[in-house]
Amino acid sequence: MANSDAIVGWKTITFGCHILEPGNSANFRTGDWRSQRPVTDKEKCIKCGMCWIFCPDMTYKQDEEGYFEADMEYCKGCGICAHECPKDAITMVPEEG
Amino acid sequence: MSKRVGVEVSIAISEAVGLARAEIIPAYPITPQTHIVEHLSEMVANGQLDAEFVPVESEHAAMSCCCGAAAAGARVFTSSSSQGLSLMSEILYIPSTMRLPMVMVVANRALSAPISIWNDHQDIMVQRDIGWIQTFAENGQEAVDLTIHAFKVAENRNVSLPMIVNIDGFTLSHVIEPIELPDQEDVDAYLPPFKPRYKLDPRKPITMGPVGIPEVYTEAKVAHDKAIKNSKRYILKAWEEFEEVFGRKYEPVETYRTEDAEVLLVGMGSICETAMTAVDKMRDQGQKVGLLKIRLWRPFPAQEFRKAVGKTKILAVIDRCLPPGAVCGPVGAELRSMFYKIPGSPKIFSFVAGLGGRDVTVSRFEEIVDKARAFAKKRPRELYEVIGVREK
Repeated sequence: MANSDAIVGWKTITFGCHILEPGNSANFRTGDWRSQRPVTDKEKCIKCGMCWIFCPDMTYKQDEEGYFEADMEYCKGCGICAHECPKDAITMVPEEG
Repeated sequence: MSKRVGVEVSIAISEAVGLARAEIIPAYPITPQTHIVEHLSEMVANGQLDAEFVPVESEHAAMSCCCGAAAAGARVFTSSSSQGLSLMSEILYIPSTMRLPMVMVVANRALSAPISIWNDHQDIMVQRDIGWIQTFAENGQEAVDLTIHAFKVAENRNVSLPMIVNIDGFTLSHVIEPIELPDQEDVDAYLPPFKPRYKLDPRKPITMGPVGIPEVYTEAKVAHDKAIKNSKRYILKAWEEFEEVFGRKYEPVETYRTEDAEVLLVGMGSICETAMTAVDKMRDQGQKVGLLKIRLWRPFPAQEFRKAVGKTKILAVIDRCLPPGAVCGPVGAELRSMFYKIPGSPKIFSFVAGLGGRDVTVSRFEEIVDKARAFAKKRPRELYEVIGVREK
């Protein structure tokens, strides 16, 4: 789940187990236990960004063409984006293998 | 120059908290702690103490508020007892591993059922493993001194842990004693303003209290364990400095007439005052009996305790707590495991007494010593004995 940065000893763990670096959750791969992934149908997508707004883990990024794509390093497959998409352009597809 | 005045111990503790310049006091009243927070709220209301008194809706909220205030870098005080302390329980484990200093006076009281507002140590023994530093006061002066000492220790940057001062409910909290309240300038000299290692500050954001995944949790707990064990040296140093400033000496384990003793009583808190009277009486009768008082309960001062026991072969340990189904009371169990298989270690007999406000009198201490001597000759069938319990 966590990358090697999280593997610390009791002598090197931060004081009080505080997180001293703001936003460092981006350093951790948190999406590897996902059971389903969002797949966007670009035919239906209107680039409104609702998926980007609602994603609780900020996994969506806008590409050069203006489409939004979820980063599978962080996506947990919650399906909120698919639920909120006004054009039903996002389908949740089971992860296999 | 400070002078001794006749004052209720609870009021004196409040005044000590004022002298320590506590800044945030979230508290909920509960017998027998009530007078402490009542007087503190008056001190804040009348302008004597420049602090925020937060009249919270429960003890759970009180301790939560303490955590937030300490995380923001304030000097924090609260006080509780019995059922209220139990209601705090969920939160009590949090500031200790998070290394948030704060001071709490616990006016020790029995736990229901049956309902009892009276004194014993069951409330704090439930919280034995919360990872706070814990001391036990024997009288009013100690209660005042240990409260001031607690701020000094808790806020030491090498310690940075919450600390409890235990005082016996009613026996101490509601008794008027001659107490020397220190001068403000001496307390200021002893206790510099609190400078936390880390605090919540929007200009330098950090996260306190994150999830500890399985890869981290053990290390976080071991770091806490090492920190509280390491705190002993600073606890002792703060007592040394206390003696220099205020002239009263404190030790983690105090001895009373232990020289050449055959039997040592072991106790914590105010019963030690009666125990000293009992020891005097038995010494007058030619019995070689002494007393060990455990003042520092967590971290347990094992080294000092062994030294205090010396060559004595019989320990009679008094627990004011009866954990049903356990092998014996918590203090007895602590000492037995500490001495296990150490060559020349004493025989340890565990007694439970003084539950729910029942007095432990001089004659009870004599009975305990007699029983311990008898048990040393013929091993008892049970691993502890409840003193003064009626069968019919």
